[in-house]
Amino acid sequence: MIKTFSIGGIHPQDYKISAEASIENFPLAETAYISMSQHLGAPAEPVVAKGDYVKVGQLIAKANGFISANIHTSVSGKVISIEQLQDLAGNISQHIVIRREGDDWMENIDKSEDVIRTIKFSGEEIIAKIAENGIVGLGGAAFPTHIKLSPVPNKKAGCLIINGSECEPYLTSDYRVMIESPEQILIGTKIMMKALNVQSAFFGVEENKPKAIGILKEIAAKSYPYIKIVTLKKRYPQGGEKQLIDAITGRRVPSMGLPVDTGVVVQNVGTALAVYEAIQKNKPLFEGVVTITGECITEQRNFRLRVGTTYETIISAIGGFPKDAVKLISGGPMMGKAVSRMDAASVKSTSALLLLTENQTKRGEEGSCIRCAKCVNSCPMGLEPYLLNKLSMAGRVEDLEKHMVHDCIECGCCSYTCPSNIPLLDAIRLSKYQVLKIIRSRP
Amino acid sequence: MRKLLVSPAPHIHGRESTKGLMRDVIIALAPSLLVSIYFFGFSAIKLILVGVVSCVLVEYVIQKYIVKTKVTVSDCSAVVTGLLLALNLPPSAPWWIVFIGSVVAIGIAKMTFGGLGQNIFNPALVGRVFLLVSFPVIMTDWTIPVSWFRGGIDASSGATALSIVKEGLAQGLTMDQIFEANNFSYSRMLFSKIGGSVGEVSALALLAGMAYLLIRRVIKPHIPFSIIGTVFLFTGIFWLIDPQQYADPLFSILTGGILLGSIFMATDYVTSPMSKPGMILYGVGIGVITVLIRYFGSYPEGISFAILIMNACVPLINKYMHPRRFWKEVKNG
Repeated sequence: MIKTFSIGGIHPQDYKISAEASIENFPLAETAYISMSQHLGAPAEPVVAKGDYVKVGQLIAKANGFISANIHTSVSGKVISIEQLQDLAGNISQHIVIRREGDDWMENIDKSEDVIRTIKFSGEEIIAKIAENGIVGLGGAAFPTHIKLSPVPNKKAGCLIINGSECEPYLTSDYRVMIESPEQILIGTKIMMKALNVQSAFFGVEENKPKAIGILKEIAAKSYPYIKIVTLKKRYPQGGEKQLIDAITGRRVPSMGLPVDTGVVVQNVGTALAVYEAIQKNKPLFEGVVTITGECITEQRNFRLRVGTTYETIISAIGGFPKDAVKLISGGPMMGKAVSRMDAASVKSTSALLLLTENQTKRGEEGSCIRCAKCVNSCPMGLEPYLLNKLSMAGRVEDLEKHMVHDCIECGCCSYTCPSNIPLLDAIRLSKYQVLKIIRSRP
Repeated sequence: MRKLLVSPAPHIHGRESTKGLMRDVIIALAPSLLVSIYFFGFSAIKLILVGVVSCVLVEYVIQKYIVKTKVTVSDCSAVVTGLLLALNLPPSAPWWIVFIGSVVAIGIAKMTFGGLGQNIFNPALVGRVFLLVSFPVIMTDWTIPVSWFRGGIDASSGATALSIVKEGLAQGLTMDQIFEANNFSYSRMLFSKIGGSVGEVSALALLAGMAYLLIRRVIKPHIPFSIIGTVFLFTGIFWLIDPQQYADPLFSILTGGILLGSIFMATDYVTSPMSKPGMILYGVGIGVITVLIRYFGSYPEGISFAILIMNACVPLINKYMHPRRFWKEVKNG
């Protein structure tokens, strides 16, 4: 049976034009710019100094605080500087800049293609190793994985959900991983099940990826019967954490709550692969699969890309910025971030680079709200975007909270669907953070 | 360095537009327009043309010369108002009455409130009701104009089915006698052989329009279905109590303006509620008020008034009826 979430959602055309491009290794850049703020939480603290020689996979920065993650170098070579640089949005963070010399890996990393099936570690050892290897959630938020897998007081996870829905248009990196490393991600799933001490796992994949569903089902049935492959309806935002839990278990994550409140932990396909590699291959998270796509480029690609590669380098590798492209997006067209600087570098959670032409991304002229209620009907959280937009404009913070603006998941369905081209989410997002701040400041 | 376009997500749009939605409504009205032209000939063409042209003209003149704001007639909402106004008039209505209706509909009901999206009452209905109270004789004269291609309307039954029933009951006739005397049948109601306003002639054409609107997701089924359902249920109760004094529920739905009103008038975006529970409440309200006016008021038909009354309640409905939230906050002490 095909499952889906219960309210709202939209059906954008999926444009998975890069789906058939196999994963290739991206040519190594001359210089890597590795940010200390690649994850949610406190920036990591550098443990190398200018002039040090580092090997691929070597720890260069240590987690600093409870919510933070280790960072490892993606290239071998000399640290040439540690400086404040801007990220894709212009935010400044500390970066370790490494001039590459060859491709010299840490000896303990298993570079072979062998699939290692036996798990030698206990739950605690797994969580410790995941932390050590700097794994973060690759679904977008980059939340440190070891924290998500650690037990929360008074809350018990009963099952694990792997998010393979990849519901954003254009993105195909998770799809390629599911096609090319299906058993590795199932082992990664098994490892996380052990860490969480749960007996069952669900693996949700949207119906527009029948090949991935077929392969995963076959392997799971043969060797991992406790992992259930669930076919999901093609509907955005199917891969939203709350929507996915609703679709698969029928449970609703409370407002301001966590998935674990429903007894579920959700991890992404990319994270499952990173976990497999960290535990079975001793490989820290310093590279990941990135889709490079857009109808304005001739060749659609899926690359295995090292962290810290600048957008400049990536775009020149595909033959430069296409003439008619105006916007470069890191991520998907619904929730991705527009890149503002080509000299900014990729991070652990970079999953796609999408090039859009003016025609594709141009915002139409804003008209008056005709009260068609399309935003209300498309909101997967059951909110009233037209109202939240108006309240935001009026700065009515109390009413915004009453109408649950803090529940907004920023999926963009409201703006996407508005026939009057009102940028609903722009205003709602701003007041959402304002209201969240107020809620969190309460005793 | 290359100039990059930077803006917040989402970076793509569904490409649906106000104009596109209005175009869909016009397409959905097409079957009813064609049927009315077939039955009423030039009279229907005249009403429709005058309605559309004067609505657009009034909006243009007000925006360009009076308010001096951006002219937005290209969004086609005035075209829809004009069409709906024409469809709500008796086929024999003179052209100038449509013009007056248009001035009231656009000028008073829409533009004085601030134009598209701001009006509280459905403009076409305000126009119609204004005409009904101002020109009661013309607006209830259901004689069928001479037409080149008049199909099969009975020359004898110019009056609407509802007024025939109301008058018959007043004369002390029973339902059976009225039905027999006027040769009413469901097929006549479906295929347009009973008099009524321009757009009410064929139930089938209206239903085809509804199907189109639902398939194209222009409207949600909540409003039309709750109105039709309520009318069916409410008139059904009366009918069960005394079938000789009250028409049967199917007759009640197929005659008068229930279909035209519930599919095209009550679903007007601007003047209907935003949440699904609100839409259902609004529809039930319209259904109940319509039946009350039909059975206990002095007018044979009450859906126009019912919709306008419920239009007035929409801000209140929006304030208290919210969509089903993903997570309903539990109030704990």
